[in-house]
Amino acid sequence: MPGRVREGETVRFTVFRFDPKSDKVPYYLEYEVPYRKGMTVLDGLLYILQELDPTLAFRYSCRAKICGSCAMMINGVQRLACETQVADLGRRVKVEPLAHFRVLKDLVVDIEPFLRQMEAVMPYLYPKEDVREPRVSPKEFEKYKSPSDCIWCGACVSACPVAATDPLFLGPAALTQLYRFAVDSRERDDVKPLRLLVADSEGSGVWRCHQVYACAEVCPKHIRPGSLIAELKRMTLKARLTGRI
Amino acid sequence: MERHDVIVVGGGLAGLRAAVEAKLRGADVAVVSLLYPMRSHSVAAQGGINAALGNADPSDSVERHAFDTIKGADYLADQDAVLEYCQDAIERVLELDRWGVPFSRFEDGRIAQRPFGGAGFPRTCYAADKTGHAVMHTVFQQALRLGVAFYNERAVLRLARDEDGVRGLVAMNLQTGELEAYEAKAVIMATGGAGRIYARTTNSHQSTGFGMALAYWVGAPLEDMEFVQFHPTTLYGTNILISEAARGEGGILLNAKGERFMERYAPEKMELAPRDIVARAIWTEVLEGRGFENEYVHLVISHLGADLIMERLPQIWELALKFAGVDARKEPIPVQPGQHYTMGGIETDKHGRARIKGLYAAGECACVSVHGANRLGGNSLLECVVFGARAGASAAEDVQRRGFDGKEAVERALEEVEGRIKVLLERGREEGHSNPYRIRRDMQQAMWEYVGIFRDEEGLRKGVETIRRLRKEYRESAGVPAPPGPFNQGLLDALIIEGMLDVALVVAEGALRRTESRGGHYRTDYPKRDDEKWLKHTLAFYTPEGPEFDYKPVVITRWQPTERKY
Repeated sequence: MPGRVREGETVRFTVFRFDPKSDKVPYYLEYEVPYRKGMTVLDGLLYILQELDPTLAFRYSCRAKICGSCAMMINGVQRLACETQVADLGRRVKVEPLAHFRVLKDLVVDIEPFLRQMEAVMPYLYPKEDVREPRVSPKEFEKYKSPSDCIWCGACVSACPVAATDPLFLGPAALTQLYRFAVDSRERDDVKPLRLLVADSEGSGVWRCHQVYACAEVCPKHIRPGSLIAELKRMTLKARLTGRI
Repeated sequence: MERHDVIVVGGGLAGLRAAVEAKLRGADVAVVSLLYPMRSHSVAAQGGINAALGNADPSDSVERHAFDTIKGADYLADQDAVLEYCQDAIERVLELDRWGVPFSRFEDGRIAQRPFGGAGFPRTCYAADKTGHAVMHTVFQQALRLGVAFYNERAVLRLARDEDGVRGLVAMNLQTGELEAYEAKAVIMATGGAGRIYARTTNSHQSTGFGMALAYWVGAPLEDMEFVQFHPTTLYGTNILISEAARGEGGILLNAKGERFMERYAPEKMELAPRDIVARAIWTEVLEGRGFENEYVHLVISHLGADLIMERLPQIWELALKFAGVDARKEPIPVQPGQHYTMGGIETDKHGRARIKGLYAAGECACVSVHGANRLGGNSLLECVVFGARAGASAAEDVQRRGFDGKEAVERALEEVEGRIKVLLERGREEGHSNPYRIRRDMQQAMWEYVGIFRDEEGLRKGVETIRRLRKEYRESAGVPAPPGPFNQGLLDALIIEGMLDVALVVAEGALRRTESRGGHYRTDYPKRDDEKWLKHTLAFYTPEGPEFDYKPVVITRWQPTERKY
């Protein structure tokens, strides 16, 4: 059980600090942050920035778990700082950059390799040229509804044991997007086999997924990338067996 | 120096749609964005996007959409622009569908539409209650497909202007901490709203209005800035948005006495009156002692049933649970009004062109004006795609007749920015400098208190004086004790706060001058709309001492102003 925190008490934030320009190794700084009701980890970091230390670097924007900026390690787990209530953690909060991403400064990580993974699966729909007003049955809509919720925060990639050790693996976020477009009937039919070929690629595609489901554990949007990848495996195998790819 | 025909400042929905349009028309286009585009605040729009598709009710029409928008605007919208906007709406929304937006569907496979505030028909297309996220990601994806160039995590700090107009800009690369110069034949501002000049806002931390200040500083007037939308239902405690869709789907508002008080304010439309009316109603209940803890009322959706809530309102259910500890399937949601939308902005024509050559604007930072004194829900995502596309098209066309020649202007702008940074950092090393964050907090509090939902002369004078005093303090003593380098948030925020103060002053002074009540601008000392004196747009021009004001007529075509009743 986390220790109870009450209004006016202080919470100790232990924050990972590293500036590659001046620091040889990372270190941790501790800050005392006064607790107030409803305080999130992001609120705590903003207090540190505005009142204690204007050199602390971290990303944030919407504060409502929809922009995906503030994924970080909080007490050792990938979470969004904006939605994590300090009261749920107790009086000690440890904040570190997203695991398995290169640190640019303090809590800010390099998301460029992650974006390259996303781009590699063509995360966009190739529209049909001859349809003005598409029709989608509610049943078909259900297929891509959940994966469309992805906010590109990177938490799943950070949690994935395969992605952590294999830079070639496309990772759970990109494969989720791949699935999302593969099942959307509004896309040009000739693109579909290409998508499954990407999924099927030996060194980087769905077969590298070991179905650990760490991705699903940490997804703030409750997507289950592991399950979608399993479905992609079935789709890929079927396409192979029927000679479509 | 980087060079592109068209540079779009801002990677939200309007900016991305502008970039896509310019790219489709063959222009060399780049987006320079403070955030990675998918972090932009358009993702936080929830309820939907309006277009008279007639999927829910075939008797809906473009004219009805236009009329609802104009009436909702309390007749301050330019009617020619509104009609074209509502016409474009249909093609822009169908195009979004073709591009892959995960719209919710009716059984027949067409885009589902729901009722929304101030609308005569169920006209709001939606993707559950995450429409902004769905639409913006889709347009971002198409921008990737088309190969739009992106310069991400660049804070634009100055526009470069000479006698021939805007020529480029200066940005700070947050990843390196270095300043960068960009030359362009066209600069499209798409930087979003100014919510953060207020203490209570649904807007993201990055919605500062700074883009408006950038245009204002180089001579583009800001239009109708005193018209600020306060959303009726923001979550008590954090002011996170609770979508109007909650009421569109049948949610009701109750005060502490259990009364459905909207009966007294808008007997016909009830909870689905326009936002300015519902926000004032809620705040009146609270001020007169019928709220909870003198702060909020209850939004009840539990009677809609768990199935409907989880299908159509899953996000607000989760937000209420995470941020207020309330399970809306069983309990009421505590809500209060909060700043939500900036009706005013950089003056543009209906094609996205600002008054200065080479400068364009689209989305919340612009003022066409289609929202007049009060925007209807579902019309802001629409504005981003309609006027984003229009601004992108205008820029792509105009750059064919313009050269670069901006080197000197850009270098001058660069020197100016270097000067500002130097002052802030030098002062930061001195004892007794002012903390820019404290200045910002005082401004936000003053704006909420004196330039908020209810305004009067005495309060507005205090507001103006406070902002002027804070501006003076900023100029004389603001400093940043953080060495230059990558991700220097303290320095960046200090630079941005200068712009926020100027924008706040325009809002407060414009509100003081406008001695009437219209839409989101409500003066308790002038509670009636005054068409004789005030059926006109406010224009604010920058001077170092403060804004200079001018006015221009509203375009009225076929809908004569009448009293607004709901």
